[in-house]
Amino acid sequence: MSTLHAHAKPAPVGGSLFNAVTLISGVLIVTMVTILLVRFVYGLGSVTNLNDGYPWGIWIAVDVVIGSAFACGGFSVAMLVYIFNKGEYHPLVRPALLASLLGYTLAGAGVIFDLGRWWNVWNMFWPGSANPNSVMFEVAVCISAYIVVMWIEFAPTFFEQFGMDAAKRKLSKFMFAIVALGTLLPMMHQSSLGTLLVVMGEQVHPLWQTPALPALYLLSAITMGYAVVLFESCLASAAYRRSIEMHLLTPLAKVMLGMLAAFLVLRLGDLVVRGALPRAFGASLEALFFWLEMLCFLVPFFVIGSAANRRNPARLFVAGILLMLGGSLLRLNGFLIGYQPVIGAETSGVNFSYFPSLPELLVTLGMFAIEVFAYIAITRRFPVLPREEVKSA
Amino acid sequence: MTTRRNFLRGALAATGAIVGAGSTASVQARETHKVPEEALGLLYDATLCIGCKACVAACKAANNNPPEFSTVDKLWDTPLDTSGTTFNVIKMYRSGTMETKDAETNGYAFMKTSCMHCADPSCVSACPVSAMTKNPENGIVEYNPDKCIGCRYCVAACPFGIPKYQYDDPTGRIGKCELCRHRHKDGHYSACAEVCPTGATLFGRTEDLLAEAKRRLALKPGSVTTYPRGHLRHGQLKALHGEQEGKGRMERKGWKDEPNQNYEGEVGNYQQHVYGEKEYGGTQVLKLSGVPFEKVGMPKLPPYSSAATSETIQHSLYGGLLMPIAVLGALTWVAKRNVKPEEGDEQ
Repeated sequence: MSTLHAHAKPAPVGGSLFNAVTLISGVLIVTMVTILLVRFVYGLGSVTNLNDGYPWGIWIAVDVVIGSAFACGGFSVAMLVYIFNKGEYHPLVRPALLASLLGYTLAGAGVIFDLGRWWNVWNMFWPGSANPNSVMFEVAVCISAYIVVMWIEFAPTFFEQFGMDAAKRKLSKFMFAIVALGTLLPMMHQSSLGTLLVVMGEQVHPLWQTPALPALYLLSAITMGYAVVLFESCLASAAYRRSIEMHLLTPLAKVMLGMLAAFLVLRLGDLVVRGALPRAFGASLEALFFWLEMLCFLVPFFVIGSAANRRNPARLFVAGILLMLGGSLLRLNGFLIGYQPVIGAETSGVNFSYFPSLPELLVTLGMFAIEVFAYIAITRRFPVLPREEVKSA
Repeated sequence: MTTRRNFLRGALAATGAIVGAGSTASVQARETHKVPEEALGLLYDATLCIGCKACVAACKAANNNPPEFSTVDKLWDTPLDTSGTTFNVIKMYRSGTMETKDAETNGYAFMKTSCMHCADPSCVSACPVSAMTKNPENGIVEYNPDKCIGCRYCVAACPFGIPKYQYDDPTGRIGKCELCRHRHKDGHYSACAEVCPTGATLFGRTEDLLAEAKRRLALKPGSVTTYPRGHLRHGQLKALHGEQEGKGRMERKGWKDEPNQNYEGEVGNYQQHVYGEKEYGGTQVLKLSGVPFEKVGMPKLPPYSSAATSETIQHSLYGGLLMPIAVLGALTWVAKRNVKPEEGDEQ
């Protein structure tokens, strides 16, 4: 198809790897490593605010659940290009795939930091231990497989840079199978990340506890995927002083609009059908966060609903950020804000609360820094972004 | 034009495959599991509990757990709730002047907090590595630290807030009551029931314990009845119901022999509710109380387990991997048409 769409071939951006952004990232990464050292020597309690009421904190809710949803750009765009055969979006595939690859690899590594008995993790892949009834088993196996699939999908970039033409040609014969797997696996685990909450039953607030969770998480993950691509494309253009790819972003926004509409119909329909909507009215933290989440979905819906706005890079950028926030809030609300530990308020029990500790926040920040650093290093040294006529600064 | 037509074709093929696979896959709701026939459990009767906490101390000793302090002087074990190293606590309900025991207003009451050993446990369904399992014979929810990866999904999933992780240990485990299964081989039963001076905590088969609970609920408050202590044996239960004791059934094979410790006591003013009979599809630990259960920290739960809901969703989508394989087939077919090997070098 790409004969119809003549694109500039990807090329390394070039330039120095030492700048303010990479240096700050470096400092954050070193801080993270130090904290993790303490965590592994003295236990989770020494650096986190996790407690008997809140067994999961931001390392799970943010680093893994939200982090992997942010990393859905690669899958969302690849699906558009290869499954729905929209070849015109081809230049977006490689950068989106890179961000996804980094996001998922780190989410996978991040899980290890949170595991209390990490040395037993091999049991997850051991037939005698694996529990196929467990939603987490499905999520873990699927994410692990997807990380491998993505590295294969991205391998041609390295082959090109190192001139390994034979390997590249060989791989290209099987690429269709890899692409198919790379579309199926994220559909499976992004929906299951929502299903994770189902077994928690009454502990999850009715605004976020529904059998529709798998569909809601999948639709919002795809929407977030397009939003992230939009965001990264704008950011990369600004940072590398490249022209903004509006001819791709405007129609992409329309695809995103469709996904968002499907999500909103399901989200609101489910709340009405289950009779949970009244819980959104009232003075509670849950209600406040529900409306914040809703606003982050509704505002972009009306912004990109207008054709004129879809041609405006600034408005698209804002809509993209809001959608990323909305998807993040949906997840944060289900896993933390709307999670109620079991306590007997009128008996002599403990009242649990959770807010991430500084070290917890710094580790999350450090993970993000690795992503930024790797993205810059790889785009500057490897052919990821489309070649520009005017060389970057 | 070609692009558009291919796009539509791809879209149709993909949706067709998904819908087709969805309707053929066996979308059958999984029922909530039932308690096994030989299920073991406890019956806690709050009206008999005197709050001595002998069970808390015995539990610590039996499970080799360190003391936990909540007072300044740190003189003795004073846990406020269950934790990774406290598997059983007696909590207290207080109201107003606290004059009358087991009265909702101006009264006080006790409640035991420990694993309920659900018929269909969320923790077992949640555990990705089968470290939390339900014994198929006696139904005890057992923990295996050698498999556990410490993900704490069981902690988040339990509707009673029971499994807890040891955060202050780099090799921390999950801690929870396992009905002292490690003592069963020596003929010992749950330490909490063994030491309870009033029989407020009784050990036995869940079926027998349920019958005993119902016997108590049928009695007139204030009348006098016989209460068993320690291990409720089937023969004993029959005697309590005024039937022939049935020789030989007093002793259960494998359990240590104990003298009859029955005693006469006044019948409490019960809530007409055996907690655990229906909750969450049934639990092997049952409770009786004079104060409404929600007031003493026992959550109001539906008569089915969330594990059943979760597994129904999971198996409708992934049962036998039918749907993923069908979708993968459709995706591969579409991708094969759209990803050309030559331009594959473009990626």
